[in-house]
Amino acid sequence: MTTVTADPAPPTPPSGRSARPSRLRRSWEKHWYAWAMVLPVVIVLAVLIFYPLVRGIWISLTNLTEANQAAEICTRSITGGEVCAENPNKWEFIGLDNYVNVLSGNVGDFWQWTAITLIWTLGCVVFHYGLGLGLAVMLNRPMWGRGLYRVLLVLPWAVPAFVSAFAWKFIFNERFGLANSLLTSLGIDPVDWFANQWTSLFTAIVTNIWLGVPFMMVALLGGMQTIPGELYEAAEIDGASAWQRFRNITLPGLRPVSMTVILLGTIWTFNMFPIIFLVTEGQPAGETEILVTGAFRAAFEGIRNYSLASTYGVLILSILLVFSMFYRRALRKQGEVW
Amino acid sequence: MRRTARGIAVLASATLALSVAACGGEEKAAEEQPAVDPASLTAELTWWDTSDPKNEGPAFQELIAKFNQTYPNVKINHQSVPFGEAQNKFKTAAQAKTGAPDILRAEVAWVPEFASLGHLYALDGSELLADESDFLETPLASNKYDGKTYGVPQVTDSLALMYNKELLSQAGISAPPKTWAELKTAAQTIKEKTDAEGVYLNPAGYFLLPFMYGEGGDLVDAANKKIVINSEQNAAGLAIAKDLIDSGAAAKPSANDAYGTMMTLFKEKKVAMIINGPWEVNNVKQAPDFGGLENLGIAPVPGGSVKAGGPVGGHNYVIWSGMPQEKVDAAVAFVKFMSSAESQAFLSEKLGLLPTRTSAYDLDAVKNNATVAAFQPVVEAGVGRPWIPEAGQFFGPLDQMATEVLIQNKDPKAALDTVAKKYKAEVVPSYEN
Repeated sequence: MTTVTADPAPPTPPSGRSARPSRLRRSWEKHWYAWAMVLPVVIVLAVLIFYPLVRGIWISLTNLTEANQAAEICTRSITGGEVCAENPNKWEFIGLDNYVNVLSGNVGDFWQWTAITLIWTLGCVVFHYGLGLGLAVMLNRPMWGRGLYRVLLVLPWAVPAFVSAFAWKFIFNERFGLANSLLTSLGIDPVDWFANQWTSLFTAIVTNIWLGVPFMMVALLGGMQTIPGELYEAAEIDGASAWQRFRNITLPGLRPVSMTVILLGTIWTFNMFPIIFLVTEGQPAGETEILVTGAFRAAFEGIRNYSLASTYGVLILSILLVFSMFYRRALRKQGEVW
Repeated sequence: MRRTARGIAVLASATLALSVAACGGEEKAAEEQPAVDPASLTAELTWWDTSDPKNEGPAFQELIAKFNQTYPNVKINHQSVPFGEAQNKFKTAAQAKTGAPDILRAEVAWVPEFASLGHLYALDGSELLADESDFLETPLASNKYDGKTYGVPQVTDSLALMYNKELLSQAGISAPPKTWAELKTAAQTIKEKTDAEGVYLNPAGYFLLPFMYGEGGDLVDAANKKIVINSEQNAAGLAIAKDLIDSGAAAKPSANDAYGTMMTLFKEKKVAMIINGPWEVNNVKQAPDFGGLENLGIAPVPGGSVKAGGPVGGHNYVIWSGMPQEKVDAAVAFVKFMSSAESQAFLSEKLGLLPTRTSAYDLDAVKNNATVAAFQPVVEAGVGRPWIPEAGQFFGPLDQMATEVLIQNKDPKAALDTVAKKYKAEVVPSYEN
């Protein structure tokens, strides 16, 4: 048996080895310029995306923190000289421990943060898109002062996010804020905005809606301008009402733009750090923390925990990957090429 | 034979010369040290100052100008870095081995953490610690890590009861309350008799420590490596704080920006008593409506059933280990000047900050300063915190607990159990629960 299999085996590898290079070489001679053309892109992607990604995944499988990253810790003395001692608990590979800890709720509140993140993303994107669409429709017809309105509506976008965040935080200040003095003047009891999970989240969502609507509006306005005017004229001649025109011309005409901006909006809002971090600060008691802010606090307060931060990073990335996969599939069903 | 003899002679003379040179060097150094001409010291030092640039910054600038009168060629780049950012900023820069300041004003809890990471010069054997015994013990203890000293105390502080004298006398209260029970009655009287509220409690971990210390509790037992945050004592202390709010004696705190709200209300005379530290004295003094220092009363924090005491805080001067060796002399001279008794007296006169040297308290500027005199018993009653590298991480879970108990009405013991679990899982895994 062994001799039978052993005998024919040796000749095959050399032949395979000799055949492959020649094919490769032929391909190289024919297509070298194509390889040369894609090379810069491949290098840039490798340096900027693949290397950090692989490294991030690798770090999430270790227990690397700021304190245990150095092989030895050196102490310099002011009188000269340096004492180096080996780090007693150097970082090591720990497998999936980080994931187990995070997903089991042993460290942090992953599931609560995820739920809040989903509510926050859904709330923001629905209102961004709805209000953006409404404003775009209103501004997409000849009217007096249209340019001025457009500029004014884009303004929130031009203000740095942290400035708006502080402004809104102050508006909702429980004692000195505008919101509560308005309520009081209307005879309604002032609300302790940040003492309750939902009112606190509400303040953050309102802030983010204010910030995000301009982008949607501009994008959708651009989309509307690509819809040929003849369609509307023809529909009008056929006696279609304004609503019918909107349903049957504007909306389908906007679909390519809408799909892209909704996807972008979802990803941006999902990872929108400054609003939650600055407006609610996660209050009350961390109940309005979303994944990115929760991960930040868990990993970067005190002695920084790089491995935990990477674990959260990988988890957030996987959620968004799954989302975009489903989203793409849904688009493909509708015949969109994306 | 001859050659070896010559060789030995050469060797001998060489060793002789070397040892003479060495002796000479030692002698020279010993002689020169005190007589060194300050003007010959040339260096450029960066100092990250985390104090409030508006309230406290100008006084430090004046102090630097004074330093430059003696050391004209040591240029100090005084950079104001927001307190909240400085810790991470320093660590990032120190780890990158570039861009960190030569000298940093580090909060007491940061020093063991930075030292454990090797970011600081150990100061043992330098002039800075020559008169080590002059420093107050508890503030100096925060600079020690693993048997070495890594910083020099700049200021010390502790929480105190700060009150509006006018409001208290309007309510007919002659002396500030000494226990939490007295505080409750006083606050209720103030609420009845004046337009102001009695007391405002900041729902943050650090500000609840006096309640826990008052019943004999603590965060961890560092000596025995034990987590004691969820003790009955701490739960009892929190119950007192919770009762103050539930009974209406204390104003209902806000979950967000409570500290700012507390200060605004106090400065506008809308609340009569707060628990805060000497770093706010200048802020209160400058408030247009408050009535200056004459109206500001300072008393030790009220006590619980065991004792009265607040956490010891403060700031230290530390020197970054990445600073080149040739700048050491200048850095030592600067830190020595800044932490001298005279400089500390100057700061307490200007800003009401508390000196960390015993000898500074004997100087007239400090002795005659009413604010400092008022704070002295406060500092003496201060409770040292566990000076371990992880100490900075204790307050995240503690702040969350404070909000849960004081605003969301959760049970103190249950909230503390959660904190203990978090300490075990995330902060000090090697400690016993």
